Amino acid sequence: MATLTATAQKPAPPGILTHRAVRKLLVLAVAAAVLGPVAATQWPGAAWPGALTVDVSEPLGRASDWIIDNRDSHPLFLYFFGHVSNVVVLAVRAVYLALLAVGWAGVTAVGALVAWRVAGVRLALGTAAAFLACGLLGMWVPTMQTLALMVVAVLASVVVGALLGLAAGLSDRMDRALRPVLDTMQVLPAFAYLLPVVLVFGIGVPAAVLATVVYAAPPMARLTSLGLRGADKEVLEAVESLGTTARQRLLTARIPLARKELLLGVNQTIMMALSMAVIASVIGAGGLGDRVYQALASVDVGAALAAGIPIVLLAVVLDRVTGAAGERLGGPGAAGKSPLTWLYVLLAAAAVAVAGRLGDFLDWPDGWELNIAEPVNRAVDWMTAHLYSDVPVVGGTADWAAHFTSWVLNPLRDGLQWLPWWSVLLVVATLAWLIGTWRTALTAVLAMAAIGVLGVWDPSLDTLSQVLAAVAVTLVVGFATGIAAARSDRFERLLRPVLDVFQTMPQFVYLIPVVALFGVGRAPAAAAAVVYALPAVVRITAQGLRQVDPAALESARSLGATSAQQLRQVQLPLARRSLLLAVNQGVVLVLAVVIIGGLVGGGALGYQVVFGLAQGDLATGLVAGAAIVCLGLMLDRVTQPTERRTQKKGA
Amino acid sequence: MRLRTSSAIASVAALTLLTGCGAADMTKQASPFANAQGARTVTLSVQSWVGAQANVAVAQYLLEHELGYRVDTVQVDEVPAWDALSQGRVDAILEDWGHPEQEQRYVEDKGTITAGGDLGVTGHIGWFVPTYFAEQHPDVTDWKNLNKYADLLRTAESGGKGQLMDGSPSYVTNDKALVKNLNLDYQVVFAGSEAAQITQMKQFAKEKKPFLSYWYTPQWLTEQVPMTEVKLPPYKEGCDADPEKVACAYPVTPLQKYLNTDFAENAGTAAEFLKKFKWTTKDQNQVSLLIAEQKLRPEEAAKKWVDSHESVWKEWLS
Repeated sequence: MATLTATAQKPAPPGILTHRAVRKLLVLAVAAAVLGPVAATQWPGAAWPGALTVDVSEPLGRASDWIIDNRDSHPLFLYFFGHVSNVVVLAVRAVYLALLAVGWAGVTAVGALVAWRVAGVRLALGTAAAFLACGLLGMWVPTMQTLALMVVAVLASVVVGALLGLAAGLSDRMDRALRPVLDTMQVLPAFAYLLPVVLVFGIGVPAAVLATVVYAAPPMARLTSLGLRGADKEVLEAVESLGTTARQRLLTARIPLARKELLLGVNQTIMMALSMAVIASVIGAGGLGDRVYQALASVDVGAALAAGIPIVLLAVVLDRVTGAAGERLGGPGAAGKSPLTWLYVLLAAAAVAVAGRLGDFLDWPDGWELNIAEPVNRAVDWMTAHLYSDVPVVGGTADWAAHFTSWVLNPLRDGLQWLPWWSVLLVVATLAWLIGTWRTALTAVLAMAAIGVLGVWDPSLDTLSQVLAAVAVTLVVGFATGIAAARSDRFERLLRPVLDVFQTMPQFVYLIPVVALFGVGRAPAAAAAVVYALPAVVRITAQGLRQVDPAALESARSLGATSAQQLRQVQLPLARRSLLLAVNQGVVLVLAVVIIGGLVGGGALGYQVVFGLAQGDLATGLVAGAAIVCLGLMLDRVTQPTERRTQKKGA
Repeated sequence: MRLRTSSAIASVAALTLLTGCGAADMTKQASPFANAQGARTVTLSVQSWVGAQANVAVAQYLLEHELGYRVDTVQVDEVPAWDALSQGRVDAILEDWGHPEQEQRYVEDKGTITAGGDLGVTGHIGWFVPTYFAEQHPDVTDWKNLNKYADLLRTAESGGKGQLMDGSPSYVTNDKALVKNLNLDYQVVFAGSEAAQITQMKQFAKEKKPFLSYWYTPQWLTEQVPMTEVKLPPYKEGCDADPEKVACAYPVTPLQKYLNTDFAENAGTAAEFLKKFKWTTKDQNQVSLLIAEQKLRPEEAAKKWVDSHESVWKEWLS
């Protein structure tokens, strides 16, 4: 075993790869031949053997009861969690009251003016239009609630993330300890974060804010550390030779040099926080997410859309403005911004706010609301009446969903559940080892085994079957679109804004249209997952293909290769790394949405989490949450190319 | 190095600051969005079924237009709603279908929740088949004959067994245990939400297909898709005590209101109003139909009902 691990870790040229793969396969085949029969005789049957499971629901249920009974008396809650919860509530309340006090005109003006200063006129107009649209849709107050929650969550995430990032950037030991944790946290579905905080804080805003912080802080930490570590060595040496102290170096050289990464971190944190703030409506976050959740519960697509549009607008505006700010500050001539213009901006905003106050302009006027729910619902009714089923030749959307369920999802699920459990572990090990290293393979197998031990083997395989089906669809469509985008500039230009918008939308929003089109069940959950994961796959594929060395292409062309031959024999092999990365991203993103699909009848693990939250049966929910974590870990490791691993270590 | 020690000191200081200055009871925290700008706010828990929306819509309309409150509604599932009510994040639940365990814990033991009296509506949960199906096969209305019809009731989601359709995971249900303990050849399939269940039932009814569903009365859908209840072994007091061993029908439940204790004692007119709020099944169905069938917004539906039933609600305000 020892020699093998050594070879696996060595960066080998591609020629040896096949050879190495054969050797790995041989070892696994031997392991299968030895262990398989033993396992099969010891624990017959396909399902995970009952003897190897540990029932954790009893102690978890007791823990949950204990927390509820002691939440108002135990010192841990009175002197620690209580204060955390208090601070969150006070902060959110303060921001919310401030927003309401400024009034709708004031908030719109402040937003537009800030956008104008950091990002230019066009984005300022966009920001103003977005805020007004929120009001027009009758969603002003929920928008402000979401915004208040977001402001607090983002600030906390940025502070926590920056502190962790500083620690990791300055100390190698911290870096080694934190990096795997942060890497893993990035691949976990948002739903898995909800339950532990609910267990401690109960349903409500504090739990929502804390779940958001836990979800949104890792990218900030990663990028901060990356920025600090990536600083130009020569500049640092020059600064050091001036006899500066470590602290001076940090403040005057390293942090300013990492400015770009820091701003990118803030941008990422904002996007993740928004996405989470919406999902957290399941645990009582209120605001826009709650409206979407309420509407989804009554399959009121129109109302869901009315609440979903402000979310999308907020996401696009926040992303563009912070992105533009990052580019400006990171680019040349960044320093030239006089404080005087900022003063004018502040004054103008204050003037509008005061005018709003005096003119009694604070609440969004009732008459200015546009009721889009009704026409949308009529359109949806028409669609369900005409496109839903029995459309000649092509069949209806509900028919497609039923076919997808009975021809793809059912056989896949039954097949996975029919496979003996040890052979599933073996397949996981093989895939992970062939694509990654023995370490990734070990993690993947252990994660999968943990699912069995927790006693949720069957629902996990059900979820896995949905993920696999959705990933297959995503990859076929994504690669095709990506190849087309890489080969045609015009197509790529057309595609880019679409991808931009799709990538900034929170996962929750995707559930709305699929319910309208496909009804309820596993098929719509898979459809939402495909739509959510597509943009990333398309983008990575197109980028990978475009980055292929032009010289290699040129030489292939001069040898008379046809366009298809070039693609198959030069571009695709050379872009192998990007394609693998696309697969990895696709899998991670699909899993996240398939889990949320529990809200629209996706069943399996996602349903168990929803059930745990809905029935207050946290034991069920926590076990499912842990299984989701393991599944995410397994899927990430199985698809994680070796190169990504080594590249990260060097970074 | 100095930076690290100083930041460590700072964080320790922050921690002691946070934890040092007295106790903070997180079970007594209102929602940060409540009582903004001096307005008196009532936060109502709205459950996902339309009947509950009807209660909340009418209560909200009267609180806002007759009593001058600002009303927030939060969608919380039934069991977590009890926890939220006890913590004061929600002020009232207007329609509870019976949660003895929570009642024991919060009303009897802790005293953080106060019973708010009858809603006036009586609820009953059961298994239902569409009446057109029951007329063709009259013996389907007894659970003993259900296995005969398992083949007829098979769907893509139920595998080889018959489908028993359940709605939202949050509703009170013993169906999984019932299927097991009565040895029925059925699979419980959760539609995920009540609305999804209704969509599905309407689709079935349109094509006159048979189905078996967890359902309850009062429910507005029964006016459009007439349904017949399947007789389960009769309910006896305490036969549903052990959720694993249930083998009897669901009880008939007079629906209850519950208020947060602090709110009930200190909120004056709003609390008095919510305690007196009591209407009939017919009233509730009328508002439900306006919301669900005529697609009126809840406040519009409430206004319509309020305008035509002055004598009923005047009593709640007195």
